Amino acid sequence: MLLSPALAISAVLFTLGVAGVLLRRNAIVIFMCVELMLNAVNLTFVALAQRLGMGGQIFVFFVMAVAAAEAGVGLAIILAVFRHKQSVSLQNMNLLKD
Amino acid sequence: MTGTAVDLIWIAPALALLGFVLNGTLAFVRPPPTAKTLVSIIGAGVLLAAFGVSITVFRAFADLHAEAPVVFRYWSWIPVGTLQVDFALQVDQLSTVMLLVVTGVGSLIHLFSIGYMKEDPGYARYFAYLNLFVFFMLVLVLGASFPVMFVGWEGVGLCSYLLIGFWFSVQANADAGRKAFIMNRIGDFGFMVAMFMIFWSTGSLDFDAVFTHAPGALVPGGSAITAITLLLFLGCTGKSAQIPLYTWLPDAMAGPTPVSALIHAATMVTAGVYLVARCNVLFAMAPLSSAVVAGVGALTALFAATIALKQWDIKRVLAYSTISQLGYMFLGVGTGAISAGIFHLTTHAFFKALLFLGSGSVIYAMHHAYHATHSHEDAQDMRNMGGLARYLPWTTALMWIATLAIAGIPPLSGFFSKDEILTAAFARSTANPAWLVFWAFGLAAALLTAFYMTRLMLYTFHGPNRTGEKEREHLHEAPWIMTGPLLVLGILSAAGGLLSVPALYRGSARLHHWLEPVTQPGAAMVPETPLSTTTEWMLVGVAVLVAVVGIVGAWRLLKPEELVPARSAPAERGLARILRNAWYVNEIYDALIVRPLTWFSTEVLWKRVDQRLIDGATVNGVARGARALGWANRWLQTGQVGVYVAVFVVGVLLIIWRSVG
Repeated sequence: MLLSPALAISAVLFTLGVAGVLLRRNAIVIFMCVELMLNAVNLTFVALAQRLGMGGQIFVFFVMAVAAAEAGVGLAIILAVFRHKQSVSLQNMNLLKD
Repeated sequence: MTGTAVDLIWIAPALALLGFVLNGTLAFVRPPPTAKTLVSIIGAGVLLAAFGVSITVFRAFADLHAEAPVVFRYWSWIPVGTLQVDFALQVDQLSTVMLLVVTGVGSLIHLFSIGYMKEDPGYARYFAYLNLFVFFMLVLVLGASFPVMFVGWEGVGLCSYLLIGFWFSVQANADAGRKAFIMNRIGDFGFMVAMFMIFWSTGSLDFDAVFTHAPGALVPGGSAITAITLLLFLGCTGKSAQIPLYTWLPDAMAGPTPVSALIHAATMVTAGVYLVARCNVLFAMAPLSSAVVAGVGALTALFAATIALKQWDIKRVLAYSTISQLGYMFLGVGTGAISAGIFHLTTHAFFKALLFLGSGSVIYAMHHAYHATHSHEDAQDMRNMGGLARYLPWTTALMWIATLAIAGIPPLSGFFSKDEILTAAFARSTANPAWLVFWAFGLAAALLTAFYMTRLMLYTFHGPNRTGEKEREHLHEAPWIMTGPLLVLGILSAAGGLLSVPALYRGSARLHHWLEPVTQPGAAMVPETPLSTTTEWMLVGVAVLVAVVGIVGAWRLLKPEELVPARSAPAERGLARILRNAWYVNEIYDALIVRPLTWFSTEVLWKRVDQRLIDGATVNGVARGARALGWANRWLQTGQVGVYVAVFVVGVLLIIWRSVG
């Protein structure tokens, strides 16, 4: 596998993820964008593993495990918020202000 | 430890402290009036026991023939680096004399108080304070180092404050107590700075070490030793009521009369004289300071005597008389005649305690007479007295003894001690003419002393009675518990001179020789100025002549028949008015010091520095700054997760940019 194209794709995916988190309002979509960023990082790990040893590939499994756990907790929170407010738009969630 | 009865010295202060604790507890639990007997037994009993201990210690110490002081170190008190202060008591020739005076005269005054304070609701509190005073006074005279002495020094000041303001429900009494305390603080500042400088230059604060090292560590006559001794003397002027800090003592008469006798005449106010005597080595090394001590003493002796001429309050006359006599003592110790100063201290303790207790007896009779007729006249104003000799024969006779003693009529006690001081001052004038002026001041003060004391006796006990028709039949002598101590003091005032009859009269000058181990190191540094026997006899003649002129002059000039009761008395004019108002010194101090200080404290320190600078700029300023910062940053807290994420991303980008670049 060629290194540069892999890193380039990873950078594009990560930027998409960041842009999605910043610009979108729907919590589910933002959540998916976060997953996108995680996977972009995973791709970097795998790509660099061929130069720097197997550590990167092993780490990917950890990231996947954490991402799965996070998905479980995150979706549960979103579900709870939806039940409470009948909406998953972040604009309605500003309780931190006061 | 010496293995003799001297080791028992700690018992004397411990007994007084025990008396304070027991009577203090009784004062707190507010016992029934019948418990007064118990309070009296404790209060006077501990003092009599302490007097017994003092005699035992004195005899045992005399048997030792010790040249050096016996020091008892009980525990380490302030061990800080090179500063090692032990709680230590010291028995030597000087402290035993003071010990006997304090416990002896103290015992008599405690006994007198039993009668005088009998009907006071604060009876237990009074005796608790009095015992505490004796405890601190004993610590003062027995302390073996400056800090231990300072504890006593401050403690007696505290008791003085408590007892001046004993009847604190009257504003004037409470004010008098505060005045005494504050004026003493000014003097104490000098004492403390002197202590710091002594430690700095000699490396120790123990009397023994300081007096041994000082001649080597300090240049005689140099600025350091002069500063130390002058600052010590500043402490003395506060405690012993000398110019410029004397004004608290006349006001201290607000306290009960036995307190005036014990604290403000016989013992506490002589602490300054004791301090100078104790530090005679230091003062001998600083001729300038010695001259200041003698000069201030002589000036005070004359100045206070002039004020005493025109006072009407019987206790105020005695208060100014005390200031004047203290001036004599300072003239003595400043001249280098340490033993003469201590001799006068001792005889003065006898006759001034007698005079105060006698005036207490008079006030007691007057107060009872006015109380019986529900009159509100002043029981202390001499214009309301007169002719009391018929009603108080014992008091009259005993007070005449004290009057002749203080005036210096031979062979009563005051004659010997006062004469010794004046002779020493005159002798010093051959070396330094300034002492001729001091001697003249002392002589003039002696004339005035004889005059004002005769005036007091004349107006109080002789001539027609001015108390009032109805009151007259209630005047009577005080009970034996009060006249008994007077009698003992009368004998002491008459015969006290025998303690130290000078060699001029083929006497053995016992006190003088007894004190030699203490006074010798200082005396060795002062040049001796012997007088011929003829000159000495002439000086004695002049002194006696002056005293007789004073007494006879007062007897001839003053007309008690022309006095009218205080209520209808006209106001004085001219010089008499100035003297009556004590040269307006209180008013001058008020205008020059008190009011500017109050103004500065209120307008600058309080309203500007405290309220604006400290409260406004710093305390509230910090709070206001924090609030402004919070208000400015409030817009960051939007509650929108998106904004937080955006800030977060910007932050991450900044970190990456910084770490790459």
